[in-house]
Amino acid sequence: MAMADKSDKGPKLPPAAKSAERRERGGWLSKIAPGISNFVGSKRETPENLWVKDPDTGDMIYRSDLEAALWVTPSGRHMRIGPKARMKFTFDDGQFESLPTPEVVEDPLHFSDGKPYKDRLKAARNATGERDVMAIGYGKVQGVDCIVLVQDFAFMGGSLGMAAGEGFIAAAKAAVERKVPLVAFTAAGGARMQEGALSLMQMARTTLAIQELKKAQLPYLVVLTDPTTGGVTASYAMLGDIHLAEPGALICFAGPRVIETTIREKLPEGFQRSEFLVEKGMVDRVVSRSELPEVLGALMSMLMSGKRKAA
Amino acid sequence: MRHYLEFERPIADLEAKIEELSALSQSGGANLDVELDALRQRTEVLRRETYSRLDPWQKTLVARHPERPHLVDYISGLIEDFVELRGDRKFGDDQAIVGGLGRFRGQSVVVMGHEKGHDTATRLKHNFGMARPEGYRKAVRLMEMAEQFGLPVLTFVDTAGAYPGIGAEERGQAEAIARSTEKGLTLRVPVIATVTGEGGSGGAIALAAANRVLILEHSIYSVISPEGAASILWHDGSRAKDAADQMKITAPDLLKMGIVDRIVEEPAGGAHSDPEVMIETLGNVLEKELQAMSFLSPDQLVEQRAQRFYDIGRKGLS
Repeated sequence: MAMADKSDKGPKLPPAAKSAERRERGGWLSKIAPGISNFVGSKRETPENLWVKDPDTGDMIYRSDLEAALWVTPSGRHMRIGPKARMKFTFDDGQFESLPTPEVVEDPLHFSDGKPYKDRLKAARNATGERDVMAIGYGKVQGVDCIVLVQDFAFMGGSLGMAAGEGFIAAAKAAVERKVPLVAFTAAGGARMQEGALSLMQMARTTLAIQELKKAQLPYLVVLTDPTTGGVTASYAMLGDIHLAEPGALICFAGPRVIETTIREKLPEGFQRSEFLVEKGMVDRVVSRSELPEVLGALMSMLMSGKRKAA
Repeated sequence: MRHYLEFERPIADLEAKIEELSALSQSGGANLDVELDALRQRTEVLRRETYSRLDPWQKTLVARHPERPHLVDYISGLIEDFVELRGDRKFGDDQAIVGGLGRFRGQSVVVMGHEKGHDTATRLKHNFGMARPEGYRKAVRLMEMAEQFGLPVLTFVDTAGAYPGIGAEERGQAEAIARSTEKGLTLRVPVIATVTGEGGSGGAIALAAANRVLILEHSIYSVISPEGAASILWHDGSRAKDAADQMKITAPDLLKMGIVDRIVEEPAGGAHSDPEVMIETLGNVLEKELQAMSFLSPDQLVEQRAQRFYDIGRKGLS
C-alpha cells in the first residue's frame, strides 16, 4: 500500500441528522423523568450509558454510533479505548487468542499515599475488569500472524510498574516463540510511582525484551496512542522499528504542565502531539484508527518477507 | 564558610564553639586544649550518630549537598590523562553530561556522568546536571567508542532527572534516553555505574544500565524526585519528606530489592565532610569491581547484565 503522506480523516460517521434525532430523544427522556433510570431498564441502558458527551463540542453522541465509529468522534478525536475494544478493532474479525500476563509481587514497597496502593489496585481492577495495564493477544492482522500488546490508560493511568514490565516481556517472548511480529499500543501517564525504583527498572527490562525481538529479526511496531508519556516514551515506546501514532495523541517525555511550570510559558498549540512528532522525526506516520489494521498488516507482511526467510 | 543542612544545626553549633575557643586559645587568653579536644570529640560522636540514622529525606538533602563530590572531582581524583570528548556529532554538546577517555589505575577507560556544577556559573554551564537529548546521544557515542576499542565504561550518576524543556522535547528527549539505556544494556564491554548523588528517573537509568550498579551510602535512586512525587500524589511539593519516606529511595532499601548491587561507605559525616577519602574509597571499590569483571567474555558480560535486570522484581521481594 502507498506509504506517501495522506491526510488522516477520521472514519465515516453516521449522518448528523440521526445523531440529532437521538439527541432530541435523550433530552426528552431526561426532561420528563429525570430519575427514570432508577426505575426502568438495567444499568447499562441508563441515559448516561447510552450517550457519550463529545469532549470537544459538548454534543451528545449515541454510544453505539460512537462504537461503530471505533470511538472516533465526528470532529476526529480519537477517544481513549481499552484493550477489549482495541483487540476487537485490530485483529481480523475481532478474533484472537488472549495470552496470560505474569503475576508479580503486589505492593512491594507497602506504599500508601493516604490510600494504600493495594486499595488503588483493587479499585482499578473493579473499574476495568483487568488485572493490570497490559493485555496480550495473538491472532491475525490482515492475515499476518502477530502478537498485539495493549496498554490500558484507564487502569491507573496505564502506569508502567512491575506487572506492565513483565507483561511486555511476556509479549515479546510470545512473539519470539511463535516467530511473529510484536505490535505494541502504548498509553501511559508514565511510571507507577507506587512501585518506586522498581518501576524505573522496567525501562531497562522492557528494553532487554526488545533486544530478543531484534536477535530473532522480528519486527517490533509501536502504535503511540493518547497519551504516551514519561518513562514509557523513554523506553519501549521509542524503540520500535516503526512508530505509528493515532491522530492528536499526546506523546512526550516531560508533560506539558511540567514544562510550563519549568519555563513559565504557555506551550504552542499542537506541541507534543502526534503530528508534531512526525515533523520532528520521532514518528513515521499518523494513522487514523480505522486504517490501522491495514497499515500494520502491510508493514508486517513486508518486513517479514525480507531476507530473514533466506537466513 | 561551610554549608550546614538543617538537621546538622547541633553539629554546626558545636563547630562554631570550637572555632571561637580555638581563636581565644590562639590569641593567648588561655590554654583551652583540653576543652577543645573534648568538644571535638563530642562533635565527632554527634556527627557519627546523626549520619548513622538519617531518614530518607535527610539523605536526599545529603545526596544534593553542594559540597558533595561531583563527577569532575572523581575524574580529577581518579582518572589520569583525562581527555574530555565533547559533542554528540548530531546537534551539539550538552555539558550536563561530561565524558571522555582516561586511565583509571593503569587501565584505559571511558568515563562519563552527570555534572551538576558547584557554583552559579558552572551550574548554568552544566544545566544543574539535567541533560538534554545531546547529552544522552553523546553518552551513546562514547559507549560505542568504548566497545569499539574494548574499553570498560565507568558512569557516575547524579541528576534530578532529564531536562524538561521545549527544545529537549523537540529533539527527542524520550528517544535519546531510550537509546542510551539500550546502548548500556547491549555493550560488549564491562559497564559499572555508581550513583554518587541523586539518581532521578529516566535521566538516571540512561547512564545506569550497567553490569554492576553501585551506590554511595547516602545517595538516593528513585523513579521521581520526592518533590515530584509529592506534587503528583498530593498536589503539594512541600510534602516531599512524606514521599521520600514512602518511595524506598535509600541505599539499603535499593540493595534489598536488587536495584543496586553494592553500597560504598561514606566518611562519617557524609561524602562532603571528606571528599578525598570518599573519592579514594570509591576508587578502590571500582578497581576491585573491574578486576572481578575482567574474567568475563563479551557474551558473558551481555548475558550477566541482562540477567541482572531480568531478576529485579522476580527475586527477593516480599
